[in-house]
Amino acid sequence: MYVAAKGGEKAIRNAHALLAKRRRGNENLPSIGLDQIAAQLTLAVDRVMAEGSLYDVELAALAVKQARGDLIEAIFLIRAFRTTLPRFGSAQPLDTARMLVRRRVSATYKDLPGGQLLGPTFDYTHRLLDTSLDSSEIRSTESSSGVAEGAASSVARSVAEIMPRVTDLLGEEGLIEASPADDGGEPFDITRAPVSFPVDRATRLQTLARGDEGYLLALGYSTQRGYARSHPFVGEIRFGDVEVMFEAPELGFEVNLGTVQVTECQMVNQFKGSTEVPPQFTRGYGLVFGQCERKAMSMALVERALRWQELGEEPGAPAQDEEFVLSHCDNVQATGFVEHLKLPHYVDFQAELDLVRRMRSEHETEMKEAAE
Amino acid sequence: MSAMPAITYNFAYLDEQTKRMIRRAILKAIAVPGYQVPFAAREMPMPYGWGTGGVQVTAAVLGRDDVLKVIDQGADDTTNAVAIRGFFEKTARVATTTSTREATVIQTRHRVPETPLREDQILVYQVPIPEPLRFLEPRETETRQLHALAEYGLMHVKLYEDIARHGHIATTYAYPVEVAGRYVMDPSPIPKFDNPKMDDCPALQLFGAGREKRIYAIPPHTKVRSLDFEDHPFRVQRFAKPCALCAATGVYLDEVILDDKGGRMFVCSDTDYCNTRQEEGHRGEMSGASPSRQPFPPRGEGAEGGALHLSPPGRDRSEAAGEGASGGEVRP
Amino acid sequence: MSAQRAETVPAKGFDDPVFDGQATFRAAMWALARPGRVEAVSAALEPPAPLSREAAALVLALCDYETPLWLDARLAGVPAVAAFLRFHTGAAIVEDPREARFALVTDPREMPDFRVFAQGAPDYPDASATLIVQVEAFGDGLTLEGPGIEGRAAFGAAPLPADFVPRMAANRALFPLGVDLLLAGAGGVAGLPRSVTVKEG
Repeated sequence: MYVAAKGGEKAIRNAHALLAKRRRGNENLPSIGLDQIAAQLTLAVDRVMAEGSLYDVELAALAVKQARGDLIEAIFLIRAFRTTLPRFGSAQPLDTARMLVRRRVSATYKDLPGGQLLGPTFDYTHRLLDTSLDSSEIRSTESSSGVAEGAASSVARSVAEIMPRVTDLLGEEGLIEASPADDGGEPFDITRAPVSFPVDRATRLQTLARGDEGYLLALGYSTQRGYARSHPFVGEIRFGDVEVMFEAPELGFEVNLGTVQVTECQMVNQFKGSTEVPPQFTRGYGLVFGQCERKAMSMALVERALRWQELGEEPGAPAQDEEFVLSHCDNVQATGFVEHLKLPHYVDFQAELDLVRRMRSEHETEMKEAAE
Repeated sequence: MSAMPAITYNFAYLDEQTKRMIRRAILKAIAVPGYQVPFAAREMPMPYGWGTGGVQVTAAVLGRDDVLKVIDQGADDTTNAVAIRGFFEKTARVATTTSTREATVIQTRHRVPETPLREDQILVYQVPIPEPLRFLEPRETETRQLHALAEYGLMHVKLYEDIARHGHIATTYAYPVEVAGRYVMDPSPIPKFDNPKMDDCPALQLFGAGREKRIYAIPPHTKVRSLDFEDHPFRVQRFAKPCALCAATGVYLDEVILDDKGGRMFVCSDTDYCNTRQEEGHRGEMSGASPSRQPFPPRGEGAEGGALHLSPPGRDRSEAAGEGASGGEVRP
Repeated sequence: MSAQRAETVPAKGFDDPVFDGQATFRAAMWALARPGRVEAVSAALEPPAPLSREAAALVLALCDYETPLWLDARLAGVPAVAAFLRFHTGAAIVEDPREARFALVTDPREMPDFRVFAQGAPDYPDASATLIVQVEAFGDGLTLEGPGIEGRAAFGAAPLPADFVPRMAANRALFPLGVDLLLAGAGGVAGLPRSVTVKEG
């Protein structure tokens, strides 16, 4: 007799038990602590916060652990939690000019007010595997946290005066387009309302800010290879701490909610000018939670490419296609839909099987008739 | 590190504001049958593409007294159906059932139940791609205009190209329909066999696409016409053999491979319908024999949990319906 | 002070916002899905007069800070009504009917022309107003046809504007644009979506 198994629930339970076992790994080793993840896998935590759109180091560390290091899964966990949170209001726009800068580089000027600050970076490291990291010592010799913190705090002094944004310097000379002014209106919120195309700047930037790093990297790269070339220069990348200010209507004054770490990238791009506008530089903007330079730079390249219409440029490159770029950049959506293909589809497949069999038998008949 | 925040969830997971937003979209969807209403789909604790749209619609309509049934591919026991049912048992504590007759809300992926639905029932479809014109025109900006103008020539051209090439329409599932004489709608990837059940259906049919952020609806007793041509009328698949377990005819069957020598059998895709018929004493050609060992015992870690969804019959199986099990197509 | 506060605290809303909201929504949903059939609304709440219990329940179930709400002249003249609705829903009360997602009409005979409300756009027909119309009784005298109705259905409500049938015909002619009506009264709600055809008899 044919028996349709009723194993679904038990199979799921067992699979989840196995997952927990795999997550724990070798039980002779200590379980990794969230504080260790938060302190030592900082860039993984940063990426989860950035693409998860939730600034919470502890929860991001938990998600990384729960996801066994699968960052897209961790981002998904954070998003699913974020969506349940009540909303109290919107913060004031972050003022990155007042950032406590931990790293700041400009490719456009050798020296500039505030100077270049290399900060914690992989840049100029030799990519040689460092076996000295294979150690469980509490304090390793490579630690230089005292130095780094000292540098950061020295920079933090009245930061706006000594470290103006490069684009502001260009702006004073009128060489770069003005940054769009804040109209004070409530920006569109992609998490609260469905997006319809074409989109405004706030929608574009929000979508890119939570977009997949790898996807934006590839698209940004494509603009450098001639697909919507915009002659980009890194005007400035800065990473550091910014205060989040909130104005509660019932209080009537701003309160400081704390600080977040962000990476901001301002690309400076060529623009030939038009009949109305003289030749000037244009902006591509990237802003990401945490230290995610690759993402901030890619975002700035793609953001600039998407502005082709407004700047009267030739369309046609993938990175310029707003609906294509924005509809596919969310990795939680993308992974869900790609991976849903492993769900059963045997009803649809049965319908296709039947059709293919019928078409094959018709084809066979035709061939026979032709042969006769 | 400080203690993790305590996390509590609202009835049926979604917060009340989100439910109201979805409910308003449902009302507009009902008022404009077949039109896809954009809604601010939330991120759900399950992946996009796995039923987040259906789950949000279900969560928005569900009340304390509802009895929920969840099916995937017609079956109540497929893993994703089990997971979604478990989600609502946990977050809404509603009664669940596998019986189509007992259910007040049925969430489905890829099938319409065989048991005729009643006017007090709500059928919630999970929809992956709600736009029937998507594969002809990928741009939302374009398809929205085509719907606004009721310009569906593109769809007819596509279907007619099939006829010119293959002699018949080569769309077998997600077969487009026209609702109440106005909007062309994607019925979700149900086999076209199920399309006729949507027409003049006494139940309310709601469709939720989470990733694509669209909700649409067919009110009860609404005209739903599968697109076709005078010289090529709409036809549905007919199975040459009855269900091997309950002997039902005129139902949709799943093909089950029995061995690596071409042995196969056809059984009801709707497990509740099949089980009910068997309980009523109906017997197919492969039911009734004594149970025997499974020829393909589940293997691997955790397999003792019944990792195989369907366990095939033993060595003493009878001749199965083989090649040619398809009986062609008939007009509904 | 305490007496003053008692006066400014709005009247009671839903006993249980989660389940009363859900049940009232379900009634509205079935009402629009089966035009003309009266669906029971049983939520107990005490809105300020002249707002009826049923109409108030619909507003509380469907409106919030995302849905601008328009009140007809009769309601606009009663500050307690606006205070009650704002307190329980957070909806902005708007004076321009074109901005409203929902409109609340308690004096149907003097109901403004439907065309003063948002009708939706050809590419977004859902961006149209829903009118919650408070009536005293349901009855017959009208015949309905359209999606949601098996054949035909008898329907009636009072009071309604004298030109109700031609109004509904004009609204139907706009389909897929147009407004949708939820009629609230006498323990229940009935729906007249834009898809319905309304005739005398």
